[in-house]
Amino acid sequence: AENEPSWETPCSELFVYVSTPGCDGFPTLDSKESYKLSISKGSMLLSAETVWGALRGLETFSQLVGRDENGTYYINETEIVDFPRFPHRGLLLDTSRHYLPLRAILETLDVMAYNKFNVFHWHIVDDPSFPYESSTFPELSKQGAFNAMTHVYTASDVRTVIEYARLRGIRVIAEFDTPGHTLSWGPGAPGLLTPCYVGEAPSGVYGPINPIVNSTYQFVTSLFQEVSTVFPDFFLHLGGDEVDFTCWKSNPEIRAFMKEMGFGEDYKKLESFYIQRLLHIVSSLGKGYIVWQEVFDNDVKLRPDTIIHVWKENSMQYLNEMANVTRAGYRALLSAPWYLNRISYGQDWIAAYKVEPLNFAGVPEQKALVMGGEACMWGEYVDVTNLTPRLW
Amino acid sequence: SRRTMGRAMGLAGLLLGLVVVPAVLVSTSLRHGAPRTEAEPEPSGWELAADAVPEDSLWPLPQWVRTSPRQLQLAPSRFQLVHGAGSSAGPGCGLLQDAFRRYYEYMFGHSRRRTWGRRPLAARAEPELFQLQVVIEAGDPGCDKHPQLTSSEAYHLTVTEPVAILKAYEVWGALRGLETFSQLVHEDDYGSFLVNESEINDFPRFAHRGVLLDTSRHYLPMKSILTNLDAMAFNKFNVLHWHVVDDQSFPYQSIYFPELSDKGAYSSNLIYTPADVRLVIEYARLRGIRVIPEFDTPGHTQSWGKGQKDLLTPCYSGGQPTGSFGPVNPVWNTTYNFMTMFFKEISSVFPDEFIHLGGDEVDFSCWKSNPEVKEFMKKQGFGTDYAKLESYYVQNIVDIVSSYNKGQMVWQEVFDHKAQLKPDTVVQVWMANNYAHELSSVTGAGFTTVLSAPWYLDYISYGQDWKKYYSVEPLNFPGSEKQKKLVIGGEACLWGEFVDATNLTPRLWPRASAVGERLWSSSNVTNLQDAYKRLTNHRCRMLRYDLVA
Repeated sequence: AENEPSWETPCSELFVYVSTPGCDGFPTLDSKESYKLSISKGSMLLSAETVWGALRGLETFSQLVGRDENGTYYINETEIVDFPRFPHRGLLLDTSRHYLPLRAILETLDVMAYNKFNVFHWHIVDDPSFPYESSTFPELSKQGAFNAMTHVYTASDVRTVIEYARLRGIRVIAEFDTPGHTLSWGPGAPGLLTPCYVGEAPSGVYGPINPIVNSTYQFVTSLFQEVSTVFPDFFLHLGGDEVDFTCWKSNPEIRAFMKEMGFGEDYKKLESFYIQRLLHIVSSLGKGYIVWQEVFDNDVKLRPDTIIHVWKENSMQYLNEMANVTRAGYRALLSAPWYLNRISYGQDWIAAYKVEPLNFAGVPEQKALVMGGEACMWGEYVDVTNLTPRLW
Repeated sequence: SRRTMGRAMGLAGLLLGLVVVPAVLVSTSLRHGAPRTEAEPEPSGWELAADAVPEDSLWPLPQWVRTSPRQLQLAPSRFQLVHGAGSSAGPGCGLLQDAFRRYYEYMFGHSRRRTWGRRPLAARAEPELFQLQVVIEAGDPGCDKHPQLTSSEAYHLTVTEPVAILKAYEVWGALRGLETFSQLVHEDDYGSFLVNESEINDFPRFAHRGVLLDTSRHYLPMKSILTNLDAMAFNKFNVLHWHVVDDQSFPYQSIYFPELSDKGAYSSNLIYTPADVRLVIEYARLRGIRVIPEFDTPGHTQSWGKGQKDLLTPCYSGGQPTGSFGPVNPVWNTTYNFMTMFFKEISSVFPDEFIHLGGDEVDFSCWKSNPEVKEFMKKQGFGTDYAKLESYYVQNIVDIVSSYNKGQMVWQEVFDHKAQLKPDTVVQVWMANNYAHELSSVTGAGFTTVLSAPWYLDYISYGQDWKKYYSVEPLNFPGSEKQKKLVIGGEACLWGEFVDATNLTPRLWPRASAVGERLWSSSNVTNLQDAYKRLTNHRCRMLRYDLVA
């Protein structure tokens, strides 16, 4: 029949050419993910500088392959030159508010690869539960997990996630959020959290990590020593968000310390005191860090290569924050308009799509400090029964 | 009207033994990104606390519950669900036989790690419960019948050693009672099955407790529909309102008009064959659930026009047909010939006494553009009031459907536009704006009504929206006692624009559970903290039964 396409000689091979070696390494913030795809009669070539680019190209190639009504696979002659606009394209999963079984995490990594995400931000512990099995402090998960037998990530699980991610060109950035969001740490680490007071007596309730005792810093050093070894990425996310000062204020020893240090009534200074020591510990372990925006907002002294994670969304205020952070010379990540846990009726993907991360007032050098962003799926109302359809 | 048990038992509100377990509040966690809200009461662990009371797991909450701390033990290898002496139902009652097996499996089957009979019962102090005997009291138990609006769902459950008794007027009450009994049985830390001595007297507050599924905006595979029927049974819902076709697709495979689905379904495999439909109806029947099909006309019918030429109204522009079509054409005789045949089929395929005729959101613009329609309006003296034309159409369909001895359900516009309806027509109130006022009007005019307006579960939003569904009081409208009696119930609607098999179950459950309790339990069961505790336990139980809630 006249209108049938004339198939060219069937293509039998896609040649993948990678110029720099690196199959056994881990992807980094600086990894090149560019690739070229050239499909023509008699030749299909995918060339990339690195294996990470090759992975991106393979995904694209798979999206070009079509199937007609007779079941024949075909591909059009194509030329593609591709590279990511932003080097940090991440997804946050929260395994503390609800435990996510390993298969849910691995499935998420698969779908991330389909969508060319390259960072898995693992918000692994928080107030409600501590599922991370620490070899240095096994009591943390024994006492802090929802169920120490079943709702934990063993060292083997963690290794599985890291390798599964690596094979897809995805970095795993673990977040051990302190000094707030740490209630689940308390049972397995007595003396770590601040005892809150009602009047003269402890109330039995605990608050953020106690910043005034040496044992805290010994603990933090040991824990992050382990975490730095377990997670190979250069960056760790240290959290630092939503620190509630009420408990600190209620504690007489802390009040005494405030006086001693000349902090007055400004508890942000106490928060800074803790964070600065934490950053120092983590730096000496040879890691870089990402922190939530409060750490920047509260004037903590930061290393110049800190990455600030902008998350507060209040009628587009986040653009101002992006401007402020980058004007101060820090690199920035954007999540504020991408809190995917905040569901609403209809095609909300449109609002997420319309976000322009660089839509703030600033010079080009500032804009160049925006590394990318992360879609966040906080777990208050999310578990394995509804994660995938909510996220994708 | 609701049937009560033979002897007058408890009334709403007598909930002896129901203890509100104090909230175990620990967490001061501030939700990341969310506005600061009040701290939620949350159980400290993910299992029932050791001092939990048996009512902590009941959903919906029965009308009258009394439990004692005395526990009885059940041995899965010995425990039996049986017909009791004096029951009008026996082993020939397929519906109950099926239910016995199903509930045995729910109670004991999901604990896969069990090995029966290894350790002798010796050590335990608790006496053993050997049986649950089911006694149906009506002369005709209803085993082979389909449930109806007037069916009795009341039951009386007594759990004492050595044998528990479940009495119900009809099998439908027995199904409800079996669900409740399964909610009383719990496992202790050692894996033993226990149940507290208790007495429950229960019946639904409202007789029509439905869930609407939309299989036109997105096709729902059979598995989805059947799983949903299971979930409905866990929550004592008793009506599946099957909104089977609409503008987007026509998946119902008609026997008389096969072209409707041939041309109107999304694809030839995305249809419901007569066998599929029979399966849905029977699967529902075995769970005491009525299936009310909705064939929505004259609007919402784009997909009908694909397979049925000259059914829809051709739209005009500047004196010429535009090629697009509007609602069903109300002026042609062929329309009513078609509908007569079509509803003959529907009336015989679907056994329920009611058929939902739709009648919502009719867009008049196409009718207004069509010269024949305009001519007809003139002839009928309708002036420019197209609502009259809509009513003319609806009245014809009502007559057709009535001639097949089926009652009709309609969306509220049909009533609002003053169509002449049969006195037993059920009007479904769905428009959210001032629905209380609509309830007054509808019941004031003497029609029975079903409420959906506050329960559009497809309207998702962030956080614990179940609370707002739970807090609805259907009878909160200005009206006499007589009027209030005309509210026969409500329906949770899950429209399908953004729903398919990939997300239906977690979107619908357990949010619809809130509606389920509101429609079954007494009007004074409103405490959110207590509901939270019971609902979380109920949700976990549904997950154990493999429902992805």
